[in-house]
Amino acid sequence: MRHLSTATLRPLLAGLALAAVATAAVHAEGAKPADPALANSLNPNDKSAEVDQKILDKAQAVKVEDGKYIDAEGHPTFRVTDTGKKVDWYSYSGYRRYHAECHVCHGPDGMGSTYAPALKDSLKRLSYEEFIGILVGGKQDVSASQQQVMPAFGDNKNVMCYADDLYVYLRARAAGAMGRVRPSDKEDKPEAAKKAEKECLGG
Amino acid sequence: MRAVHLLALSAGVLGVTPALANDDLMKQIANPAQQVLQTVDYANTRYSKLDQINTGNVNKLQVAWTFSTGVLRGHEGSPLVVGNMMYVHTPFPNIVYALDLDQDGKIVWKYEPKQDPNVIPVMCCDTVNRGLAYAEGKIILHQADTTVVALDAKTGKVAWSVVNGDPKKGETNTATVLPVKDKVIVGISGGEYGVRCHVTAYNLKDGKQVWRGYSMGPDGEMLVDPEKTTHLGKPIGKDSSLKTWEGDQWKQGGGCTWGWFSYDPKLNLMYYGTGNPSTWNPKQRPGDNKWSMTIFARDVDTGQAKWVYQMTPHDEWDYDGINEMILTDQKVGDRERPLLTHFDRNGFGYTLDRANGELLVAEKFDPVVNWATKVDMDKSSKTYGRPLVVAKYSTEQNGEDVNSKGICPAALGTKDQQPAAYSPKTQLFYVPTNHVCMDYEPFRVSYTPGQPYVGATLSMYPAPNSHGGMGNFIAWDGVNGKIKWSVPEQFSVWSGALATAGDVVFYGTLEGYLKAVDAKSGKELYKFKTPSGIIGNVMTYEHKGKQHIAILSGVGGWAGIGLAAGLTDPNAGLGAVGGYAALSNYTNLGGQLTVFTLPN
Repeated sequence: MRHLSTATLRPLLAGLALAAVATAAVHAEGAKPADPALANSLNPNDKSAEVDQKILDKAQAVKVEDGKYIDAEGHPTFRVTDTGKKVDWYSYSGYRRYHAECHVCHGPDGMGSTYAPALKDSLKRLSYEEFIGILVGGKQDVSASQQQVMPAFGDNKNVMCYADDLYVYLRARAAGAMGRVRPSDKEDKPEAAKKAEKECLGG
Repeated sequence: MRAVHLLALSAGVLGVTPALANDDLMKQIANPAQQVLQTVDYANTRYSKLDQINTGNVNKLQVAWTFSTGVLRGHEGSPLVVGNMMYVHTPFPNIVYALDLDQDGKIVWKYEPKQDPNVIPVMCCDTVNRGLAYAEGKIILHQADTTVVALDAKTGKVAWSVVNGDPKKGETNTATVLPVKDKVIVGISGGEYGVRCHVTAYNLKDGKQVWRGYSMGPDGEMLVDPEKTTHLGKPIGKDSSLKTWEGDQWKQGGGCTWGWFSYDPKLNLMYYGTGNPSTWNPKQRPGDNKWSMTIFARDVDTGQAKWVYQMTPHDEWDYDGINEMILTDQKVGDRERPLLTHFDRNGFGYTLDRANGELLVAEKFDPVVNWATKVDMDKSSKTYGRPLVVAKYSTEQNGEDVNSKGICPAALGTKDQQPAAYSPKTQLFYVPTNHVCMDYEPFRVSYTPGQPYVGATLSMYPAPNSHGGMGNFIAWDGVNGKIKWSVPEQFSVWSGALATAGDVVFYGTLEGYLKAVDAKSGKELYKFKTPSGIIGNVMTYEHKGKQHIAILSGVGGWAGIGLAAGLTDPNAGLGAVGGYAALSNYTNLGGQLTVFTLPN
């Protein structure tokens, strides 16, 4: 929950951040060489992953804090290792939470449905701030032929306590770092995740 | 219990019993030229006596006319035909159109309720509606926001309306209603939101509430009698539900009632099933969780339960028990018995004596069903009537945070709500089925009113080592519990079947085909691709001496959510070619009625 209080209230900032990305991406390599120790190792055979190099590059972790990977902009990101077999704890947790809370509308693996959009595509466009904003406040797009209404999950601990996990998983899907497959191995659950979960869920 | 009840199907008993308070409705139901209930008849046979379209000429069917509903969402249920009028409903916002068949389907009136769009996201799995019912000059609509409204069939004017639940707590509706005698019986949805569900009777005349029976809770609120209400022949005893939940968990117990209702006029009993217990994490709710996953037989006048049968005690897989109860009279052994046949999500086809709830048959109606070896039929056994669960597939025994793999069927069941049909001519049931398995991992969740309360991660895939498709359309012998024939389908069959006296059985497919097959062999006789995937139910009517077949297209529902992009391929990571068909490659959103007839 720590991230949320500040993150949700910044649609303006989010827009600015998006605008900055296009230019930042060009200079990314020169400006800050990725730490080779944090590089991703994907499964080249997974046809269901659909790698998007631009998103993948942007999501490259530059540091890790207690099992949580952070990109150059300071947003949470994924890390995939061992030719796609192993993912960080948060990506794994996001996979599980997604397939409990989100897939009944957004379809399996973020693929979308007749009812709600494919989040593996939405996450190519949405910033971290926008994502969290929609999760907290919901979204309505009602017209004569379409009624897309996403509920506000701000009060739902089963969702909000895992907001970053969901973001990281869906970002990995958008980048094509994770395919339509359950992660076979994961990093150990960090102490920080255990503590945050306990505090967030309460009694 | 008196053992033998010789009972004709509802169509045949008109005026026999003085207790019948609604002769007009019985007469309307019995007229095969029209369809006044979603279930075709009270017995839920979905059998039409019309025989102009038969196995010899069905291949000549042509489209007679079409109608756009103006809504692009999952279209379940079917239109009604009463006299020269057709009544078409839509998914949310639940528009009703009255079309005059004498004037080429001219719109005589249109009713569009104003509902808060915030009801949409609390409807798990699409904004479907399974249709209208007709009784005593009224069209009865049960809206998504749980408002039950009676419209004057001639003018569309609201005669009365009543609110059955609160969407803010996750209470919604997708089901049709059952008009019976002087009442309208309605159910409620919200099992994924921790709602404690119930069935409620309102006065047909003015919408006043008459009785309400909960699926779980104190005896008085469930309308059960500890001494007189039975389970497998024995009284259920005091606090039969409360004893099977930990603490107050029954208050968020689920057991929702979003399926179909059937009614036996002779026994004066109505039948329906209850849904899954909330949450999907079985570890969080120890006990049998009664009376979720249960067949209820209730007296329609008082709501009092005569008997119950719990099919899946302590659900571990989301196998809701809400599918239709089909009432037939068939010979079992050497005597004719009043039967109730039910194809459950859990993959077992049950046949019971509907007078006393005696369990006669429980067999798998898809051979891949593996979560239980069988249902214990030994009356002297401690586990009589219970499924014998296979430890490997038990998400309870494997526990929280463990991924139980290869469970068949998947949570959407071997069959979901899409209703089966029964032909008294062949004495076979025609069942639309799913052929899908799953991995299921339960974990701990916390409850917030009005928010989803799921607690499990699922991934689904076509049944392994089979034909690769996700569905079958089968013929079932309910007395012997055997599959007579099975037609493989690429996608789950999510459309209600219709059996006819012409020995043709109709159903729709998710790609959008209306199909006609031979009732005896399953041989395909005709197909036509409609504009969108079919999750509606096939209906038939006669107008100016000609039999028509009508079907709603409009892909969606659980099928549209799960199958739009194709199911998860467990081998995707191994570089396998994607053989998992995506429904989105075959069809698109729609909302259309297509009506067929034979050429002149």
